[in-house]
Amino acid sequence: MAKIAKIEVTDSNPLTSLKGFFKSLLETGELKGLMVPQHLPMKNVVMPTLVTDPEKLEGADPLAPVFPLNAAKLVGRLTRKPLHGSVAAVLRPCEIRAFIELVKLKQGSMEEVVLVGVDCPGAYSNVNYPRFAGENRDDATLKFLGSALDGGSTAFEDFDISTACMACEHPVPRNADLSIGLFGVDVNKELIITANTDKGEDILDKVGLSAAEEPGAREGAIAALVEKRTAYRDRMFEETSEATSDIEKLNNYLASCVNCYNCRVACPVCYCRECVFLTDAFDHEPVQYLSWAKGKGMLKMPTDTVFFHLTRLVHMSTACVGCGQCSNACPNNVPVVELFKTLASYTQKAFAYEAGRSPEEEPPLSVFHEAEFPEVTGGKH
Amino acid sequence: MADFEPTIIAFVCNWCTYTAADLAGTSRLTYPRNVRLIRVMCTGMVDPQYVVKAFLAGADAVLVSGCHPGDCHYINGNFKARRRIKLLKEILPRFGFDEGRLRLTWIGASEGVDFAHTMTQLVDEVRALGPNDVRSQMVL
Ligand code: SF4
Ligand code: SF4
Ligand code: FES
Repeated sequence: MAKIAKIEVTDSNPLTSLKGFFKSLLETGELKGLMVPQHLPMKNVVMPTLVTDPEKLEGADPLAPVFPLNAAKLVGRLTRKPLHGSVAAVLRPCEIRAFIELVKLKQGSMEEVVLVGVDCPGAYSNVNYPRFAGENRDDATLKFLGSALDGGSTAFEDFDISTACMACEHPVPRNADLSIGLFGVDVNKELIITANTDKGEDILDKVGLSAAEEPGAREGAIAALVEKRTAYRDRMFEETSEATSDIEKLNNYLASCVNCYNCRVACPVCYCRECVFLTDAFDHEPVQYLSWAKGKGMLKMPTDTVFFHLTRLVHMSTACVGCGQCSNACPNNVPVVELFKTLASYTQKAFAYEAGRSPEEEPPLSVFHEAEFPEVTGGKH
Repeated sequence: MADFEPTIIAFVCNWCTYTAADLAGTSRLTYPRNVRLIRVMCTGMVDPQYVVKAFLAGADAVLVSGCHPGDCHYINGNFKARRRIKLLKEILPRFGFDEGRLRLTWIGASEGVDFAHTMTQLVDEVRALGPNDVRSQMVL
């Protein structure tokens, strides 16, 4: 089914060509809008924007090494009711995976959206990106691509791309209607666009690009990157498991958490309108605090920190896509993504599930079989 | 450790295990007082968060007990409960909780004897495991 085309790159500037491609996508008249990250006009901040005017794409830059939030929630907002027409959304692989989870949780729909995925060499945190880019916009992105692609370094001064990105084993988008390939591609000459679905093919035909072959170096480049990241990920799993292997260590691990719940707000798959931790169930009676304190003579305030994280783990680790936005949002450098991705690897494996892998797989806690997990009830069905 | 008396929180379904507990009582069967029953309308309403809370508050074991497969009054609440316990058994032991402290059993309304027996056995096993570390280590 996959149909491959290429975008010619002129003046060794893939960004200009990409903007041209987005413009022609909008000009097909098939789309009511295009969601794409842009450098905002007022400040060099990259944010998702919803574009209806093909002339308003000067700042478009889905390759900038930053994503201040996981846009899956925004695509959910755009698609939760019929639009009577299609929109396209340019997303990172982890944003698509999170969106797939949201669709399964009835928080969005794939019906009227054309998902455009982009190969992802990683991103800096919201704090580090401005240090990397300063006032440079496209130039900073081109500089990053120049060194990051094909196994080069992503480190800059004393920082690197986020831990989540270092440990990401899915740098190539899956479940995209159209995917834009960078790995193993000479991006100074061309970009590779693949239509993976009929929807993608229809719109790609209308843009009228010339057909292409997958570059010979692509498969190897992807395999090498995935291997490097998987090795990093597995080390991270080991270190995190060790650092949290008993309750005292877990307390220690979460010690600087101030219960601001930013990690939950930033998490694309934590979708409850009102988190239980914000309800009056947690408006403890004042005397309750005193009675807890009396238990050991001292009570850490705020309370419920470990409870909060364990609850989030039981509620959503089967949907965690490892995007790292929890850590990106944490004001206190709690290694949140390390913990969530590590635990998610265990819980998803237990149900032979992988978040974001397929729109068809049911979320494990929404289904059951009559005979399963006999070990849970001591062998008795 | 000889004088260690475990605290066990049991989430029991109104229609079966709770009824079995009642039956055990009216049949004058005895079971250890270590078990604190929390009656729920179905095991399918036991949010895994409740189990987490019970452990963090110092429970030495948590039991969830409901209708036998096929007997759930809400058709499949017990099957959902089984997945949630499976999930908890994946997560909690990674943080050092002994897996044996979390149990799921099916005890039907007429099984008063089974109820008393299961509780006695559970208390013995948990007594052997010793206190849940959380009791000494949590500062909340
Ligand atoms: S828990 Fe963190 S890594 Fe996992 S989906 Fe949420 S924000 Fe992303
Ligand atoms: S882990 Fe960080 S972001 Fe999450 S509640 Fe704690 S301090 Fe806030
Ligand atoms: S009614 Fe007893 S487990 Fe559902």
